[in-house]
Amino acid sequence: MRRRTLLKAAALAPPLASFGARVVSAAPAPEVITSTVIEAAKKEGKVSYYTAMDLSVAEPLAKAFEAKFGGIKVAVERTGAERLFNRIAQEMASSIRRADVVNSSDAAHFISWKRQDWLQPFVTVDTAENVPDDQRDPDGTFVNQRTHLSVIAYNSSLIRPEDAPKGFNDLLDPKYAGKLVKGHPGYSGTIMTATQQIARELGWEYFEKLAKQKVLQVQSATEPPKKIEAGERAVAVDGSDYLFWMARERNAPIEIVHATEGTPQISNPMAVFKSAPNPNAARLLFAWIMSGEGQAFIVNLSGQYPADRRVKAKTGRPALSSIKTLREDPAEVERTAEEIKAKYARLFKV
Amino acid sequence: MRGSSRSEAVLGELPQERTWRSAVRLDFSRPVLVAVTLLLAVMIILPMGWLVAYSLSDKEGHATLGNFVALFTDPSFVDPLITTLVIAFSVSAICCLVAAPLGWLVARTDMPIRRTVHTLVMASLVTPPFVGAIAWEMLAAPNSGLLNQLWRSLSGMPADEALLDIYNLPGLIFVIACYTFPYVFILVANALDRMPGELEDASSMLGARTWQTARLITVPLALPTLLAGALVAFLQALNLFGSPAILAIPAGFHTLTTRIWSLFQFPPKPELAAAASLPLLLLTIMLLRAQSLALGRRGYAVLGGKYGQPRVVRLGWLRWPAALAALLVLALPLFLPYAALFNSAFSRVASRLVTPQTFTLHNVRFTFLELSSTMPALKNTFLLAIGAATLGALLALLIAYIVARRAVPGHKLLSFLATAPLAIPGIVLGVGLFLAYTRPPLTLYGTLWILLIAFITIELPAAYQQLSSAFHAVHPELEEAGRMLGATQLRTLADITVPLLRSAMIATWCFIFVAVIRELSAAVILFTSETKVLSVLIFDLKESGDVGAIAVLSLAMVGITTIVIAIANRLAGGREAGRLHARAAG
Repeated sequence: MRRRTLLKAAALAPPLASFGARVVSAAPAPEVITSTVIEAAKKEGKVSYYTAMDLSVAEPLAKAFEAKFGGIKVAVERTGAERLFNRIAQEMASSIRRADVVNSSDAAHFISWKRQDWLQPFVTVDTAENVPDDQRDPDGTFVNQRTHLSVIAYNSSLIRPEDAPKGFNDLLDPKYAGKLVKGHPGYSGTIMTATQQIARELGWEYFEKLAKQKVLQVQSATEPPKKIEAGERAVAVDGSDYLFWMARERNAPIEIVHATEGTPQISNPMAVFKSAPNPNAARLLFAWIMSGEGQAFIVNLSGQYPADRRVKAKTGRPALSSIKTLREDPAEVERTAEEIKAKYARLFKV
Repeated sequence: MRGSSRSEAVLGELPQERTWRSAVRLDFSRPVLVAVTLLLAVMIILPMGWLVAYSLSDKEGHATLGNFVALFTDPSFVDPLITTLVIAFSVSAICCLVAAPLGWLVARTDMPIRRTVHTLVMASLVTPPFVGAIAWEMLAAPNSGLLNQLWRSLSGMPADEALLDIYNLPGLIFVIACYTFPYVFILVANALDRMPGELEDASSMLGARTWQTARLITVPLALPTLLAGALVAFLQALNLFGSPAILAIPAGFHTLTTRIWSLFQFPPKPELAAAASLPLLLLTIMLLRAQSLALGRRGYAVLGGKYGQPRVVRLGWLRWPAALAALLVLALPLFLPYAALFNSAFSRVASRLVTPQTFTLHNVRFTFLELSSTMPALKNTFLLAIGAATLGALLALLIAYIVARRAVPGHKLLSFLATAPLAIPGIVLGVGLFLAYTRPPLTLYGTLWILLIAFITIELPAAYQQLSSAFHAVHPELEEAGRMLGATQLRTLADITVPLLRSAMIATWCFIFVAVIRELSAAVILFTSETKVLSVLIFDLKESGDVGAIAVLSLAMVGITTIVIAIANRLAGGREAGRLHARAAG
């Protein structure tokens, strides 16, 4: 159905869109996914999707795309965003052209990639019309795919609600020593983004004290939810909120805490690479994920906050506007990432 | 040289044939043999050369010792160095304490089920150490570990206390020891098997009691082997990457190998990684020297000639307690971890015991139907394992032949080159190959070739040693007969020698196959998203904590490996099972 809408738009949109594009930004005119593009994509037959999103969401998303556009296989390349960044840098340095669509939980990466001219400007009608301006690159090289939070959470069978932490400073209480698990900014983009925000608000002294709490150090922001569900630790210092929620909806004894100091907010931009070996399939995947259907799929499955303003948030989840969030600052993360990793490694010894 | 001059003398009697045949030999055999030497030199010297060059240069490529200064004054490097040494010493000691009595029980006593124990110890070697570490995480994580939960329910221990904690240095040492002691066990059991019984007979005839004989004769004779075993264990623990990466990082410390790996994370610091690799390389070379000294002494003292059957010590009423103790030891690397893996494979949450109500195929479905990396990784892994096993065994055969028959001048160099990779830890080789093949003329990074080269290089020493010992069993005269009848050296090798060495070849092939499937330390440096192998996929899944999928993949990996070994052993007539020794990859 969506495809038909797109195709219909193909007939009407170009003159309007190109006009609009010239007025609003330096971005290219919104492209319409025509049947020619779809045929070309099917001829390519495959597309690689580099992402830091948890596999329990990324793989079903890929399967839904495969089901819709038969004959195109999606290779999901999932790892922590910081490792993904490293992997892409190594591949590009060795002229290995593999990345088609890239999606990272560290928005700073897109600043770096754009500067190196690796990103293909690409705007769809959906992204031009339905994604707020502050969630897309004015030059059209990347756009936010979805937003999630890095939250505190606890296993309610191990800790009573009255003993639960209310914010970051509560976690420094000696009663939580040895009961905490947290992700690592050297591997996870979510944690990198969150670490920058928390350090800005609370200072590095906070992490210095936290490091003395005998924290179980895992890598990806997708692991603390699993460690909490398994009951390995009682409290997660950080982690991707949607996974805590998904576990909770499976009846796992998990409670989510939005810190009194504010909750780190993480956007997840997406881009098509200039060197994409499957340029048509890459555009098609990008366009589908950013379409109402793709956005709704992510929301329905995981409850992350959609970039598309028409798509409703999942029922049962708190509205993003109701949560006190911390300001995201990708430019600052880009500038200080190396310093953050070094400081963190010194405090936490890994 | 001896062989070729003899056959030339024979050929001299057939003057009209001579020119043609020596031409053939010159055109094919010699160049091939020379090419092998060159190939080996390139395989080893190129990555190691780049490693040294990088360690001695700064980011702009100017010569400097700054990398070493930076490393040895930085606690984030010195601490892992010390930690690694502590691990290696402890593992080595534990392995000897466990493997020596167990080896003795299996080789020299009338303990029941000792054949089974022997087979099971070998079987535990098929488990990749990093899979073992993940399984032990399921068992002994302080809160969610199955053993801790069991203990709490039995003893009533409060929820926030734990019997076992795997996330610390002793935990890591324990897990490494679990998967290292089989190497020591094999050495000890084999040595005790071959030890002359006469000396012990003499001792008891002179009136010594059983324990006195053991103390005065058996132990001193076995001591050099035990020392060699201790060194093997030390090296294994020193160079292992997988288990520390799984357990040390959550516990908040690094070992040398995980530190080298972390230097490859963004922003990559290849100069520092190269410099950090050199101490590991030097330490390994030194220890191998020591090992060959220890083994060399044993070789002259005990081996060779025919001795009587070793005496069997009667354990009396201790027979069954001994068997029970052996099974308890085997529970640690084998029964318990596999129980945990099976549990996790069919459970939604690894920390809960599967019941008929909670049994789920979710993880199996996810791994084989949803996870898009599974099939490419399986394909790459088995392509590489078969390729490396086949090419590696052939290369090892060729080298063993050249050295055993002294076919070209400088064959000693060849023997040295073929054994040299033993001194190169997997992760160090990975760094070296990365530096060597990310630049022209051979930009192999990003292809399966670089992994193939890595795996063949890593497994060559063991393959070469197995085949060279097998060559001693084939008499040169059989080959010379072939040569006299006009075949070239290579033709003789293919038609006469190889068939005679069939079972040794199959055993070598199997050995490389298994080792490649479990290899992680070089692969983790060299893979790209297109060339991901199973071990790296499991490692990636560990990063996001997807233990259910890990359990399914690990069981599939071990299952396939076991099937391949079983088939190969059948082909080889079952005699070669005991050959699965030497080094394994971490």
